[in-house]
Amino acid sequence: MTDPSPTNFAAPWEAQVFALVVSLREAGLFTWSEWADRLGRQIRPADGPERTADYGAWLTTLEAILAERGVAGPESVAARTEAFLRAAEATPHGQPIRLENDPLYRP
Amino acid sequence: MSHDHAHHEHGHHDDHHHGSEISPVEARVRALESLLTEKGYVDPAALDALIELYETKVGPHAGARVVARAWVDPAYRARLLGDATPAIAELGIGGRGGEHMVVVENTPEIHNLVVCTLCSCYPWPVLGLPPIWYKAPPYRARAVIDPRGVLADFGVTLPETTRITVWDSTAETRYMVLPMRPAQTEGFSEEALAALVTRDSMIGTGLPKGIPTTPLEMPV
Repeated sequence: MTDPSPTNFAAPWEAQVFALVVSLREAGLFTWSEWADRLGRQIRPADGPERTADYGAWLTTLEAILAERGVAGPESVAARTEAFLRAAEATPHGQPIRLENDPLYRP
Repeated sequence: MSHDHAHHEHGHHDDHHHGSEISPVEARVRALESLLTEKGYVDPAALDALIELYETKVGPHAGARVVARAWVDPAYRARLLGDATPAIAELGIGGRGGEHMVVVENTPEIHNLVVCTLCSCYPWPVLGLPPIWYKAPPYRARAVIDPRGVLADFGVTLPETTRITVWDSTAETRYMVLPMRPAQTEGFSEEALAALVTRDSMIGTGLPKGIPTTPLEMPV
């Protein structure tokens, strides 16, 4: 429990989401109170049971805030996601996955 | 599978298996990072530095240092219980997620338990990031309704005369428990004491590691 190497993330993407949220908070896009409020609502869907406030919930909450603030809308996020999936498929195993590797990439 | 692979016939183009695979969630996160970087909202180098910090530095060993200091230094303990944030900063610990911390002390009469009923608010600088059970609905709900049952699930049984107080952490105020110093630790160094302090003992779902009561009970 007091191991000097913390195990804060179960997967690299969790750490990425965490870092994005912390950075955007520090850039002033929202306060921690606003964040907790949005996350709290996100994990209490009207049509289902309460969920865990895990990094998946962080990701969905972040996407909702970015869309609402006009920073990144669902269409642009979806298009960029598809581009990364194509880029991954076109990247030899073990090499960094870059957006430029997407066969449909246009600078 | 996207349509541009539909023409691949089985066995003919096995080279496409040599590509990399990322999960849809990984792709979504990469998409956000790349869009936010393009728009100047985030800096990839700063993101990497943040991740390294939380992967390697920030964790419950920091809180354990605070607890050990409070156990050996009554004046420090008083400052910690009076105004936790500056007292914790004395040990060089603080920062985001710990802007306003409150430390609550366990005694034979009162056991403290910390929860975030709303989501997952937690004192990062002293405890790191919260474990998954802390963020899950059963703990969030039951800590308030049935704290004794929750403690039993964690293997903690308290005397019936010990009252349990539940503290609800928020984004503004984040709680940490100062557990009771185990018996028979007189003369322990601060470092040895800190090694007895578990993460769960600072959330209230556990107790510090036990000390054998007599040398005869130590494993041979």
